[in-house]
Amino acid sequence: MSQHSLEIRDLHARIVDGETILKGVDLAVPRGEVHALMGPNGSGKSTLAKVMAGDPQYEVTSGDILIDGESVLALEPDERARAGLYLAFQYPVEVPGVSIANFLRLALNARREEGDEIGVMEFYAKLQRAVKALDWDESIIERNLHEGFSGGEKKRSEILQLLVLEPRYAILDETDSGLDVDALKVVAQGVNAARGPEFGALVITHYQRLLNFIVPDRVHVMSAGRIVKEGPKELAMELDTRGYDWVRVEAGLNPVGDPEHAPRAGA
Amino acid sequence: MADSMPQDAHPDAAKLEGMAHTDQYGFHLSENYAFRSEKGLSRRVVEQISYHKNEPAWMLQFRLRALEIAEKKGRPKWGPDLSHLNFDEIYFYIRPQDKKGTNSWDDVPEEVRETYRRLGIPEAEQKMLAGVGAQYESEMVYHNLKEVWERKGVIFLDSDTGLQQHPELFKEHFATVIPPEDNYFAAVNSAVWSGGSFVYVPAGVEIDVPLQAYFLINAQSMGQFERTLIIAEPGSKFHYIEGCTAPTYNSDSFHSGVIEIIVKERANVRYSTIQNWSHNVYNLVTQRAIVHRRASMGWLDGNLGSKVTMKYPSTYLVGEGAHGEVLSIAFATDGQHQDAGAKVIHAAPNTTSSVVSKSISKGTGRSSYRGLVQIHDGATNARSNVECDALLLDDKAKTDTYPYIEINEKTAHVGHEATVSKLNDEQIFYLQSRGLPADAAMALIVRGFLDPVAKELPLEYAVELNRLIELEMEGSVG
Repeated sequence: MSQHSLEIRDLHARIVDGETILKGVDLAVPRGEVHALMGPNGSGKSTLAKVMAGDPQYEVTSGDILIDGESVLALEPDERARAGLYLAFQYPVEVPGVSIANFLRLALNARREEGDEIGVMEFYAKLQRAVKALDWDESIIERNLHEGFSGGEKKRSEILQLLVLEPRYAILDETDSGLDVDALKVVAQGVNAARGPEFGALVITHYQRLLNFIVPDRVHVMSAGRIVKEGPKELAMELDTRGYDWVRVEAGLNPVGDPEHAPRAGA
Repeated sequence: MADSMPQDAHPDAAKLEGMAHTDQYGFHLSENYAFRSEKGLSRRVVEQISYHKNEPAWMLQFRLRALEIAEKKGRPKWGPDLSHLNFDEIYFYIRPQDKKGTNSWDDVPEEVRETYRRLGIPEAEQKMLAGVGAQYESEMVYHNLKEVWERKGVIFLDSDTGLQQHPELFKEHFATVIPPEDNYFAAVNSAVWSGGSFVYVPAGVEIDVPLQAYFLINAQSMGQFERTLIIAEPGSKFHYIEGCTAPTYNSDSFHSGVIEIIVKERANVRYSTIQNWSHNVYNLVTQRAIVHRRASMGWLDGNLGSKVTMKYPSTYLVGEGAHGEVLSIAFATDGQHQDAGAKVIHAAPNTTSSVVSKSISKGTGRSSYRGLVQIHDGATNARSNVECDALLLDDKAKTDTYPYIEINEKTAHVGHEATVSKLNDEQIFYLQSRGLPADAAMALIVRGFLDPVAKELPLEYAVELNRLIELEMEGSVG
């Protein structure tokens, strides 16, 4: 694949000393594109996101993860982040006593040489732009990281951080889950603000809903730890109406009979 | 070489040769004394101390009575392990120089001055303090109060000089808050006390910058027994800060202070200590305030250093509407036991108190919260809230909580909340995924945990605390 992409090659991974979850994932997101990763519950989407970010709960048994042609497999999570990768968490943690502003300044400075720390004015200007892009109140930056945040506020914070840290590649792990349509629009607005030729994203979602607002360039479908289908954005719509079982059957897997994704009446 | 000295030589003959040493703070000082008592605690040592101080007879009588009380009482049978604290190995009194404490840095011996210079003290005095005291071993070697406060009648002296210059005022208040009968270590202190601060702030005087005292132990096997007496006249307001440090030796040292504070009507006193003793110092301190009508007392107690600390700042709310507050921070790393906490006694109506304790344990470190809230019968509508949070940085670290609550009044409102959390792998991974290296992520979590208390710290201590946390986190990632 090209030098300018986030690439996963035949990736196998398991919970440390436990069950194997990823069984040969192949996927590439070229810079400048936004791809969707869809699939039924338990297919391994969130595991893939965490493995890419370097979550120590998982171990890679074979395959590779590359950022712009360089393997990041041997890198610590923070080194991967500094290499340009960003994960928007499905369940962002709380860090009491640490304000968003303070934290983001540290995170930005971790990307810079000692002695070349970001100026206070420059930092606040950047932070304010991001806050505005998400129609948020400025006071949010003085609040402690996710302490007392609603589910929707946490998701919004993940996108705020994305806008401030300006990664080359972002993985959004079910950022839409638990959001009402207004919150969804705001989050999408943030991601769309980040879109551009220097930014690639993998948007993981269970539903097609989010993809109405963040229109993907391509759609990958995951099932049982592998990518089982790829297609243009229309594929998302098809999955929404038909569910995932047909894809599984196509891929030679047993249908899971997920009632949530059973074909709708009349469809 | 110290052991080759004749122990019964005339006090002033005991001029010791220097013993050079380096240590974590980078001082490299010799031990050069005008007088050092023989090792151990005895009637003879007590008499020598009193002799050297040229004290009034009542003080010698008080000391000897306290010694008897200590001998009768014996050590407490609860709390941390003190079995390695051997009094027979300790010098109970070391007089660093012939000259008495001075109010000019120029008169302080060069090597002692150098030590305080390294701690940044003369600069701090000029910039942001109303007065400074510096105790080296058993004696205050420097004490100075800015003239503007002196003119308003403020007294800020070492306790020995306080006794000499203000005998009536001193005697009237001394040992009224903490009598020698109170506990074993208070009795020991009463017998051998030396140094500490004597503070008197007249009615209505508000001092807008802190008074500060620094305690330094340089000698090996040293016992330091500061005795601080603070009197806040009605309506006065001030902040007293104490800092403690010592270089590292192979043998243990011992700091056992008694701090008595009298907060009269509507006065407002804050007392802050951050002890950063080296990890071979036993730090066993009794500090207590009596708080009168509508007055307010705030303690900030930071325990970062020492081998074993036992310290529970206590507040006796004896006047209607009196208020007490304790913020306690403890950091126990390998080999340390921080047994800290607070005591609040509500003995009058409409009294209020709050205690916030934050402790961190790492490695074989252990931190304990030991607290008592007591509401007396008749202390109507007393309100107290206690919150203690413990953070464990790894699987070995230990924490325990001993909260005692005694309520003898139906109208009381008492809240108690305790949490224990472990440094969370998910939090570390999350912060790492934003680009922070693991040790920086851990330090940030710890700082966040301490934030509600750290905000109340004087800036220099907040900086010191951050430095310490970062130091402790370095290399703590497997």
